[in-house]
Order: sequence, then C-alpha cells, then structure tokens
Amino acid sequence: MSLCLPRCVKGAAILAIGLLAAPPALAGTPTPNPGDTAWMLTSSALVLMMSIPGLALFYGGLVRSKNMASILTQTFTIVALVGVLWTLYGYSLAFGDGGSLNAVIGGLGKAFLKGVGADAVAPTFTPGHVIPELAYFVFQMTFAMITPALIIGAFAERMKFSAVFIFILLWVTVVYFPIAHWVWAVADPNAIVDAATELAAATTDAAKQAAQAKIDAATSSVGWLAGGLAPWMKGVGALDFAGGTVVHINAGIAGLVGALMVGKRIGYGKEALPPHSLTLSMVGASLLWVGWFGFNAGSNLEANGTTALAFVNTMVATAAASLSWLLTEWATKGKPSLLGLISGAVAGLVAVTPASGFAGPIGSLALGFIVSPICLFFVSKVKNALGYDDALDVFGVHCIGGITGALGTGLLVNPALGGVGITDYTAIDKAYAGTYDLVAQMIAQGTAVGATLLWSGIGSAILYKVVDLVIGLRPAPDQEREGLDIADHGERAYNY
Amino acid sequence: MKLVIAIIKPFKLDEVRDALTAVGVSGLTVTEVKGYGRQKGHTEIYRGAEYAVKFIPKIKVEVVVPADQAQSVVRIIQDTTRTGQIGDGKIFVLPVDQALRIRTGETDAAAL
Repeated sequence: MSLCLPRCVKGAAILAIGLLAAPPALAGTPTPNPGDTAWMLTSSALVLMMSIPGLALFYGGLVRSKNMASILTQTFTIVALVGVLWTLYGYSLAFGDGGSLNAVIGGLGKAFLKGVGADAVAPTFTPGHVIPELAYFVFQMTFAMITPALIIGAFAERMKFSAVFIFILLWVTVVYFPIAHWVWAVADPNAIVDAATELAAATTDAAKQAAQAKIDAATSSVGWLAGGLAPWMKGVGALDFAGGTVVHINAGIAGLVGALMVGKRIGYGKEALPPHSLTLSMVGASLLWVGWFGFNAGSNLEANGTTALAFVNTMVATAAASLSWLLTEWATKGKPSLLGLISGAVAGLVAVTPASGFAGPIGSLALGFIVSPICLFFVSKVKNALGYDDALDVFGVHCIGGITGALGTGLLVNPALGGVGITDYTAIDKAYAGTYDLVAQMIAQGTAVGATLLWSGIGSAILYKVVDLVIGLRPAPDQEREGLDIADHGERAYNY
Repeated sequence: MKLVIAIIKPFKLDEVRDALTAVGVSGLTVTEVKGYGRQKGHTEIYRGAEYAVKFIPKIKVEVVVPADQAQSVVRIIQDTTRTGQIGDGKIFVLPVDQALRIRTGETDAAAL
C-alpha cells in the first residue's frame, strides 16, 4: 500500500471515508468500478499466498528438517492470528480516525468492522475513484499478516511456539498497527481536491480562508510520517508505496533484536546447520515473487497505468537483483549459488517495495543491481564479524534491503531519474504535479527509516523481555536438540 | 564361514552385485553410510556460512560366504570396485560363528 501524499499540502484527512464528517463532494457518490475491485481482491489473494505457502516454504527449506513443521506452523498460525486481530481491532487502529491522536494512532471506531459494510467505499489515489472499503480492509490485512511472519526467520529453531504466539500478538498490536498508521493513514484526495477547487473559485477573502482551512484540515489529520508532521519535515511526507518501512525495516529490526535476545542456536559456529531443502526454498521464493505483484501493484488501490508501472518495477528490480547477487557471489566466492540467486530475488523485491509506484523502470533496475551486493555484504561479512545468529537473515535482507529501498525511493521518485514525481492534490490545474525537493524528501525518508528502527527496535526489545519473564523464550537445550517439531508440536514434518 | 564387509563408492554397487551373483553368492546386505579415509570432503557455502563437509557418502556391502570362498569374493569385489582414485574403499573379513535361515531352520553352510 502506498500513499505518498502531497508534501506541499499540510496534513491529510484519513483514508477512511466512512468516518469523515462530510462525504466527498464530487458529483454524485462515486461507486467502485469492477476492474479496480477485481484487481484489489486478486491482489489480496496474491499477498496471502506470499505468506502461505510462499514465505513458509522459503523459510522452511532453510532450516533443518527437524524444525520444518515448526516454521510452517508458526507462519500459518501468525496468518490466522493476525487475521482475527485485524478484524477485531487492528484495522481500526491502523486506519481508523484517531481524533486528536490521529497523528500517531487510529481509534476504535471501526473495531469489529463497525460501519464497514458492503457499500462502504475507500478512496484511491485518483480523485473520484473509490474501491469497496472491505477490499481495502482485506488487502491491508494480508500486509499485517506477512509482516510479523517475516520476523520468525531471525530466531528460527530456538524460540518456543508459545513465546512466538504471545510475542506476535503483542507485537502487531503495539508496533505494527501504529507504524502502519504513521505511514499509511493519509489524506483523502477527494477532500483536498474539493477544497482546492473551492479555493480557486473563491472570490472573497473569507471564502478563500474557509477553503484554505478545509485544505489544512484535510491534510493535517493524517499519520505523522505520511503528512510530514514532525517539525523538521516541514510537511514533506515520507514516500513508501507498498511498505519498505512498515513491513521490511520493521520486521527486520524486530528480527535482529529477537535473534540477539534469544541467543544463538546450540552449535552455531561449530556444527553444520545447512538448509534441509533448497528445493522448497526456491519454490517459496518463486511464490513470493509472483505474489509480490499483488503486494506492490495492488498498493496502487486501483488498476491503471501506475499499477502497471508498479508491476513492471517489481519484475525488473527483482530480475536485476537476482542476477546481481548471482554475479557478485560468482566473482567473490567462486561459485554462483541457488541460495544466493533466490536471496537476491527477495532482496530486490524488498528494495523495490517502497519505490514500486514512484520510480521508473530503469531506476528500479538500478536499485535491484545495487541492493544485492549490499545485502550480501551484510549477511556474510557483517553477520560473521559481529557474530549474531540471525538464522534466516531477516535483518540482512529485509531491514538492510528495506533501508536501501526507502532511501533509494527518495532519489528515484525524481522525474529527472525517470520517477513519477511528487503528487500535490491542491495543484488542480497542473494535473496534481508537485515539486520534488531532494533534500526535503531525503529528510522525510530518513525520518521514516529512523522512526521505524527506533519504535520497532525498542518496542520489540521490551516485548521480548516481557515474554521471556512470563513464559520464557527458549526451549530446554535437549528439546532444541531434538527439534521444535517434536518439542512444540509432537509431530514430524517428515516421516521416512 | 566368513563375513566380508566392503566399503565402496556408491556407483559401483550394481557392478558388485552382478559380479557376486555370477559366482553363486546368493544374497547380500547393503547400507548407506558416510565415512572418510584419505579422501577429503568438500566445502559448502550457504550465504555467509561455510561448512567443511568431512564425511563422504559410501555404500557398505556385507556378505557371508563359506570360508573357502572368502578370498575369491574379496578379489572379485576389489576388481570390480577399483578405480585407482583415492576413496575406492576398504574390505574387511571377519569370522562368523553361526548362520541360520529363518524360514526353514537350515544352519551354517546350508543357510548361505
């Protein structure tokens, strides 16, 4: 999901039309069109597939066979758990109206999907276009599902299922829902366009002031990162089309903190802990790539040229990143590996996520080529030098890849580099073309990166500690040796 | 009776089986094993993790034969499995106290 939003415009009303005091004043009440609706529902299914079985198999193949069922169970359980929490209160906290607190969190007005029926609509990025709010709700749900599922790779093979369950339940509530709100609770473009039209038509000072006040109101009650509400951002919002910060940097740092706090696997550094099935990991990575089209292109909230752009960016950045990792490994380690190839693909997908609706294809290609050597450096040199056991490289791929992409987005959105440029909904006579300011944009991007690292890093640390104190994070050593499949689930993934 | 244990390269198994059947050996037992001798393993690299794999897959063939056949069986196994490269394997011969065919109760030489 994206939502750059007008940097020039201050603040923005929230996306949830259902709670706006006055409905959009565009001619007639817009109704969703079948193409947009079909695409959004399809995208939601694609993103679910990314979690199960995509991520489940990608991660599963990378652990030892005695822990395969544990990875599959943790992933699937997280999907189910978050599906319920999102419906009960998550959607409301992330995208509801938080009133005076709306800069940092939504409210509970949409808890239990109150007011969100089959006829409710949500705006897209095109004024006058809407999609069913239920489609938006379920699309965002799939994002809330996969983000915590990403974390488990970092502490794989040595955290108890009960600890994972409780931790994730707390984590989505305290870390994910707020960050999603900060970045993606954006202004309703229709409200801004209506007010700007009113401003242009106003003849008296009083009328102009009233119209400007409407613009200000529409653009200031948004998530603080989306609207650039921190003083040093000066109204320039952070750009994150599909979740480089909300999903990848977020999960990546939470994973690293978890890996550090739970400690290394028994035998790490001494025993061989190779992947038990690169075959399944490749299947998982391939499903991730296909599903990611829903993740990125679906984040345009409708089906148009920008959707096709996001789709293409997702294709070319990933192709470039796969090739880049392969070639870099070939040159530096002597042999190109399957694991490197699919890791490159995932790194490319992560990096292009925030940029997918903003960069041009060549910019995305470049981003893909650049991210792989960076991530390879982190998962090999840095990890080995610092000695932490991020089992499945959640930090090295998702956090570092996400940071690369988030910062890259600030550069690649520049029309001079083939990007789509900034959107300013008050510029009604210039087809909403805003002004790109490199410094201001990079400050916004950096702020989003930093805020995510801090809130997720510190928040996760506190939650891990709480869970550790109450039920303990690690299994007993002999249970870890036997494998979590038996210890946690009384099952074997394989019986032959 | 003697128990002949041969650790051989896996791809040689079919040749050994055919050669032993041709001289009247009527059964043998095969196990997949790992081991090392003078043949060294290889290195595997997974992202940043490098593992030295020290054990190499081999096949263990076990066959019990009448004592007077033991030497020729050893010779046959050696001839079929020898490649001249390090890692061809080893053959050991042990004495056997007793043998019994479960179905019929035949013992010793009649059980082989």
